Amino acid sequence: MKSDTAEGRPARGIKGPLVYRQALSTRLTHWAWAISLFFLLLSGLQIFNAHPVLYVGDQSGFAFDNRVLAILDEDTGAGRRGVTEILGARFDTTGLLGLSQRDGRDAARAFPAWATIPSGQDLATGRVVHFFFAWVLVASLLLWLIGSLLNGHLVRDLLPRRADLAGLPRDVANHIRLRFHHGRAYNPLQKLAYAGVLLVLLPLMIATGLAMSPSANALMPWLPDLLGGRQTARTIHFLAMVLLVGFFMIHMAMILAAGPLNELRSIVTGWYRADPPARTASPTEPR
Amino acid sequence: MTRFSIGRRKFLTGSGLAASSLLLPGCDVFDAPDSRLREVMAGANALTYRVQRLLGGGRTLAQEFSEADIRQPQKPNGVSAPDDAVYKELLSRDFADWRLDIAGAVEKPLSLTREQLLAMPSRTQITRHDCVEGWSCIAKWTGVPLSLVLDEARVRPTARFAVFYCLDTIERGLSGEIRYYGSIDLVDAYHPQTILAYGLNGRPLPVENGAPLRVRVERQLGYKMPKYIHRIELVDSFAAIGFGKGGYWEDRGYDWFGGI
Repeated sequence: MKSDTAEGRPARGIKGPLVYRQALSTRLTHWAWAISLFFLLLSGLQIFNAHPVLYVGDQSGFAFDNRVLAILDEDTGAGRRGVTEILGARFDTTGLLGLSQRDGRDAARAFPAWATIPSGQDLATGRVVHFFFAWVLVASLLLWLIGSLLNGHLVRDLLPRRADLAGLPRDVANHIRLRFHHGRAYNPLQKLAYAGVLLVLLPLMIATGLAMSPSANALMPWLPDLLGGRQTARTIHFLAMVLLVGFFMIHMAMILAAGPLNELRSIVTGWYRADPPARTASPTEPR
Repeated sequence: MTRFSIGRRKFLTGSGLAASSLLLPGCDVFDAPDSRLREVMAGANALTYRVQRLLGGGRTLAQEFSEADIRQPQKPNGVSAPDDAVYKELLSRDFADWRLDIAGAVEKPLSLTREQLLAMPSRTQITRHDCVEGWSCIAKWTGVPLSLVLDEARVRPTARFAVFYCLDTIERGLSGEIRYYGSIDLVDAYHPQTILAYGLNGRPLPVENGAPLRVRVERQLGYKMPKYIHRIELVDSFAAIGFGKGGYWEDRGYDWFGGI
């Protein structure tokens, strides 16, 4: 057989069928998350800038040291520098973290102006934007959860099965070679990534966010305790943000690699161009 | 706390905010504290307030900690050494002439001395102070439950909020000196952990933390707990106070409900 029948590379001239891949509830909530996570990230960095130090435990150590991350600007002998300190290890991050340019001038701020909403230092507005989109995220996540339980999307498409785990090594190899099978079902890595974000990272974001609210603490004192204290919850909130940004970058790279127009069509209209079924389904196909 | 630049205030007229400009992180839309969009988004705070009141009601208690959790002095924030002549004179005489006035919508206005407050039943609690900036600090606070003072003054049914007036000037602007002020609703005012604190970590409240008296509102953030208070007024609306948002920071863009 010719190599162009290999998985992920449909034969030229033969189009696979259009399959209905994404239900309306999935598509709507996907875009609600895309918009709200964008604003949550940039307003969150604004809020972080108000006190750019992360700690473990219930409180922030001023007379003792329990900090795990700090993004500061320091006056060294050679002028002002941006310094990022992670678990005691120090890095010079001038230009990006700690000290960056705003309107052509040095600005002593943890995250630079282009990465925050609003661009200037404005904690009050950052909080307004953050909590507005936090509600959007919570509402859309709940709607999605209900919709996905009702239409079977969650169990059928997202929860990894034993066969997915067994097929994981081959799927990793396929991803490395940028070989994608285009079908209705998600591949094992997709399932793990989507389920990980929707069922682990985003709920963790909400839980750690609530653990920082003194009013929510009074309602659920077990929550900050479970998460290791309010300041640990704040640190986990930040780490989950880093993981979500990592997911976003891989998500974008995979879409570009797998065919951006087809992928975009499926998350806008629901319809997805699958590989020609007879060829890719053949078990005797050489690999 | 955050610095504000009043000169940056821009009035956004017209409702046609292009959706594309929303997606630019460096755009000016969010730099304008008076924008209509910001006002709509700030409505989420009212939702948070209602939901937390609905779920938590008036009775849920803030976490309390043990002596072992007190590991450092309480970090002061905001004004930590009032420069006001009136305050400095009160301080020089160890607050012998200081009074706490309870006024507004009450049947019996009060003017209490420090000795009178010290003679009232007290509550001591080890709690975590959460600053809006993000940090936390655990300390032991001692004071009179505000509910006892309010009961003695007999709050009228028209009252909806307790407003605290302070002795410290937080801002010197063109419009004159602005002293700190803030407010809470009556649910928090009558909350068992809401105390008028005169003691910190077993000692008299130091100047940097609000001597002679500050409020503790344990289910909200630090900016909701004014220091150096000298007057509590019961009101039914904020309209006549500051710019009408219920507090110094609220008038500068911060949410009135500081429970999140």
